[in-house]
Amino acid sequence: GLFVWHLKKTGIRQVPCQFVHLCHVANDRLITFQYFNFLKRMYVTQYNKDLSQRAKPKSDSIVSPFRELQQLDQEKKVIHKIRPVPPVHQPLSETSSRNELREVKSAAETADSVTPVRAESKDDRQWKEIKLRLDDLPGILARLSKIKLTALVVSTASAGFAMAPVPFDLTCFLLASLGTGLASCAANSINQFFEVPFDSNMNRTKNRPLVRGQISPLLAVCFAASCGVPGIALLTLGVNPLTGALGAFNIFLYTCCYTPMKRMSIANTWVGAVVGAIPPVMGWTAATGSLDAGALLLGGILYSWQFPHFNALSWGLREDYSRGGYCMMSVTHPALCRRVALRHCLALIGLSTVAPVLDITTWTFPIISLPINLYISYLGFRFYRDADRSSSRKLFFCSLWHLPMLLLVMFTCKKSFLEKEDKGDLLGGNHGRAMEIRLP
Amino acid sequence: PPAHSRNDWIGPPDKHSNLRPVIFYVPPEESPLERRLREARQEAQACDQRFWARHNRAFRQEKEEFIYSRLKAKGLEMRDETGQKATLNAEEMADFYKDFLSKNFRKHMQYNRDWYKRNFTITFLMGQVALVRALRWLRWKKKNV
Repeated sequence: GLFVWHLKKTGIRQVPCQFVHLCHVANDRLITFQYFNFLKRMYVTQYNKDLSQRAKPKSDSIVSPFRELQQLDQEKKVIHKIRPVPPVHQPLSETSSRNELREVKSAAETADSVTPVRAESKDDRQWKEIKLRLDDLPGILARLSKIKLTALVVSTASAGFAMAPVPFDLTCFLLASLGTGLASCAANSINQFFEVPFDSNMNRTKNRPLVRGQISPLLAVCFAASCGVPGIALLTLGVNPLTGALGAFNIFLYTCCYTPMKRMSIANTWVGAVVGAIPPVMGWTAATGSLDAGALLLGGILYSWQFPHFNALSWGLREDYSRGGYCMMSVTHPALCRRVALRHCLALIGLSTVAPVLDITTWTFPIISLPINLYISYLGFRFYRDADRSSSRKLFFCSLWHLPMLLLVMFTCKKSFLEKEDKGDLLGGNHGRAMEIRLP
Repeated sequence: PPAHSRNDWIGPPDKHSNLRPVIFYVPPEESPLERRLREARQEAQACDQRFWARHNRAFRQEKEEFIYSRLKAKGLEMRDETGQKATLNAEEMADFYKDFLSKNFRKHMQYNRDWYKRNFTITFLMGQVALVRALRWLRWKKKNV
């Protein structure tokens, strides 16, 4: 059974009405559905990239989930109306007052959202006392650690864990997820700590906690340390040293390589793609304890995915990047930007075909994933040829649902490790096993 | 900010630099370390303000000039019949963005280095001040117990 997502996107500029239909077979798939819902909402309401980002989850600002989603300027004042089947998360509206929204239910009506938006912009014009209020702290820390991006990073790590051909170990899974999440929070916080004046000048990022003075830089660094150290320790001691090393390396790559490189050379995009690719590899090594071909393949898929996602997103942010002094392909080498995006869309097709060769999935995977991979490649081609706003947006939005869908299909086509002995009912066996390993 | 406040106050983003100005509270019993921190922060604020205000102003100005020259080349005026300001689309502006970025690259490199240095120094000073205050508070607590 596959999820059937029915997305009706009406008008990108105005209030997009996301109407999500879900047909799911098993109840326990609801969890993954909620993830997607969350994903969609996150993408629709808040676009900030740098995680866009190119942000990598380990807080890479590369593509979401790994990257920070970049906020498109036009989206600034857009209130997004989302009606998910089970309301899980509150919608996040860039413009609405965050505190107010915390209590608001998922479907925020446009009318309601307008007043909070005005309230916040008025709020913004006033002088505020720099005083840390304890009840604001969770919200502030959530924004500092880019909690939504972190959640997406953790979900890709979980995907890596789930795809590993070993019996599912719940404790290991939880420890790995927690460790990855903490490491991601730490990396994201340091990234924001490094980028305060630049963030203030870009529309997408100007409402971050450090920019607004809601938290002091010292506290941000302490928070990062108090997340990063336990996170890596948890991974090294509670899971295995390899995963811990990968986690530490990823934090380093994101904060000390990617973040400064953003302002120095366009090569930052490639570094960022690696940052985004590491979490699933970590998930895999957490489960198996070793770096095998499967881990690298999953990492490769995520690496390739970063490019259409980020390049399409960055296409609309060229003015802010130029003024802010960020060296991005979309500004300095636009043709390369589009070429690379297309190249990696096609690479995804290739990588999906390699999966059964490495015994990670059955041969149904490349067949079932072909339509979505072809579709994103088609959009990538359109972006390459047309090089305009609408094609870049189409490609970006496609990448948002393409990745979860691809991972889901991969999971359902996962080759059971017992299958090698029991050549019985292949698909049936897969499903059976897939059900057992469902996340609680 | 009110006169009786014992905290720093942060204001709305500046029109030119987009940075939020901070007014620092000077406590009467400010220690030399605390004064060093405050002065470092004030100086950093001034530096950043100067840089970004100038940079953004240059950006706006050069953008206007670029639009003007391109429109002139196309034979159009800055404002059309309805009085609306004529703009170029994103693809045409892309040349300007690329140019502006490469022109200001060295300036940004210099600023980056300075910013990282200032950021680390200030955060380190904040750490020192916080530590001193914590020790002082602990000593006071021990005395009062």
